[in-house]
Amino acid sequence: MNTLLETKDLRIEFPAGDGKWAEALCGVDLSLDPGEVLGIVGESGSGKSIAMMALLQLLPKGARVTGSARFKGKELIGMAPSRIRQLRGKSIGCVFQDPLSAFNSVLRIGDQIAEAITLHDRSISKRAALKEAERLFELVAIPQPAKRVSQYPHEFSGGMRQRAMIAMALANRPELLIADEPTTALDVTVQAQILDLLRDLRKDLGIGLVLITHDLGVVAGLADKIAVMYGGRIVERGTTDDVFYHTAHPYTAGLIGAVPSLDGDGPLQQIDGTPPSIFNRPAGCSFHPRCSYTQPACQAGVPSLMNTGHTDCACHFPLVKPRAEVAE
Amino acid sequence: MLAYILRRLISIPFLLLGVASVSFLLSQMTKGDPLAALVPERQMSNPEIVNAVKAQWGLDEPMPIRYVRYLGNLLQGDMGTSFSTRRPVALDIAERLPATLELVIAAMIIGTAMGLALGLLSARFRGTVIDSLARIFALLGSSLPVFWSGLILLYVLSVRFSIVPGTGRLPPRVDPPPDVTGFYTVDALLAGNFPLFLQALSHLALPAFVLGWAVTGIITRLVRSSLVEGLSLDYARTARAKGAPERVVLVRHALPNAMIPLLTILGFTFAYLITGAVLTEAIFSWPGIGSYAVRAAASLDYPAIGGVTIVGAVAFLLANLVTDIAYAWANPRIKVH
Repeated sequence: MNTLLETKDLRIEFPAGDGKWAEALCGVDLSLDPGEVLGIVGESGSGKSIAMMALLQLLPKGARVTGSARFKGKELIGMAPSRIRQLRGKSIGCVFQDPLSAFNSVLRIGDQIAEAITLHDRSISKRAALKEAERLFELVAIPQPAKRVSQYPHEFSGGMRQRAMIAMALANRPELLIADEPTTALDVTVQAQILDLLRDLRKDLGIGLVLITHDLGVVAGLADKIAVMYGGRIVERGTTDDVFYHTAHPYTAGLIGAVPSLDGDGPLQQIDGTPPSIFNRPAGCSFHPRCSYTQPACQAGVPSLMNTGHTDCACHFPLVKPRAEVAE
Repeated sequence: MLAYILRRLISIPFLLLGVASVSFLLSQMTKGDPLAALVPERQMSNPEIVNAVKAQWGLDEPMPIRYVRYLGNLLQGDMGTSFSTRRPVALDIAERLPATLELVIAAMIIGTAMGLALGLLSARFRGTVIDSLARIFALLGSSLPVFWSGLILLYVLSVRFSIVPGTGRLPPRVDPPPDVTGFYTVDALLAGNFPLFLQALSHLALPAFVLGWAVTGIITRLVRSSLVEGLSLDYARTARAKGAPERVVLVRHALPNAMIPLLTILGFTFAYLITGAVLTEAIFSWPGIGSYAVRAAASLDYPAIGGVTIVGAVAFLLANLVTDIAYAWANPRIKVH
């Protein structure tokens, strides 16, 4: 099967003043097959969102992106703006965190969805595009689509707005959908509905999905595989089952401990401390100041991803013994 | 919406009552003696003449009586008689207001069009030479005093190169078109007199540009900063993620959002210019409200001053109302009750 998306040694740097550069993403390798769901998990500042924004060249001006990111074999990094525009919204759809600010508040939702269609197909009339927007509303289960398309974003509830955002991302039947914290701004019950919707869409449409979240619970039931990011690197990656049941990285273990469960009676675990700033990363493994298993060697060198038999893990002292170095 | 507009309209007379009262009281508190404008200097020592003039203009009555009479007359549309033109103030203003309105509306059109165009260019090519040039042009407009830029342009374009005609609304000895709206350009067209329309338009062009240039400065800066801010917001990223080119993000997404603050400035500027176009009117011998106000103030012509004040207040109140209505149209999040 052809790989849908593959990044190799993807790096992102931002100017840090005095001609210096701060590395926000320090070499990330990811791959996604068509129809597959990849969950990228990490705290704020781990680099998970900017990695995906870099693929579409949507980073703020001044960012320096190196390495490789191929979409269906085509190199995205350094692609001409006119060509990347043809991919945006057409082959790759995006869903953002806060649907209220992500929609333009002074334009009707239907017009904004119709625009996504007409931008890529000039032959289609505005009316036909609006009709298509209604059909998309049905697809994402928004009631009364004919009435809804002529409403403004503030007339939608948070959950309905995110459904509309998903409808817009799906407007041109993309092969890849990037959902950046799609449920973070929503109530818990609405979160579950949106995740169900994504699950159904994935099954019905067979699109590849990159789900970016800080919440392992969100990806647990949806993702085929998971990449856990910390400090601009992947610290652990593997199938969802392996990441949950054969956890090798102390950070992943901490994240799993921080997911509330209904039957657990102990207190919720937390990872002490805060994630490092990209301007001031700790030496060696950037997780060592917060890690409860830390040893002097952790400050010495940056660990590389090693196969543990289940997951790939970047840790000097993984919770599961490594078997072999991951072939680069 | 209609009920809202009606309610606002009903409130206007009450606000005007306040404006008229304050302007009347202020004029009573000034030290200057209006008799100086009414009685020739040599007759000032003649009590008979002075008393006759006082009686004629009602100046012999106590202040509260005059106040009540003034308000009563105002209600009937009588703003009193000008001390200096000896004509009803309402008539003077009715004659001069269209000239000012024509100038101000033309200036607002020019200023808004240039301001929007420069603001868009500036935001689209921010950080480049185009951005700098647009901002310098805008900055010059808002910082060069009109009496300087107006005079220089008048000298260069009219006196030296005869590209535009000189001052006034029409060439000397040309009769104005039959009065319908009071706007010479519009009336000339209504009369089907196209050559006269061109003459009126060419006379209007330079003063309107000079006044509009000053407006351009404010609008360019506002539009540019709103657009640049908009381009960094989430909705702009969404538009880019849909595949919109930067031009579309700017015009279709950031511009409608920039209209909201712009409307406030436009309404306010328009109202301000009704009485604030004084310098432009003076330089271009434009027979409008501004020059009337200056002469009234210089000659302590209280009825005229009061009349101009009320016109200015009405302009502000109406501009505010129109701005609020336009706001609801530009920003769907605003609901009018």
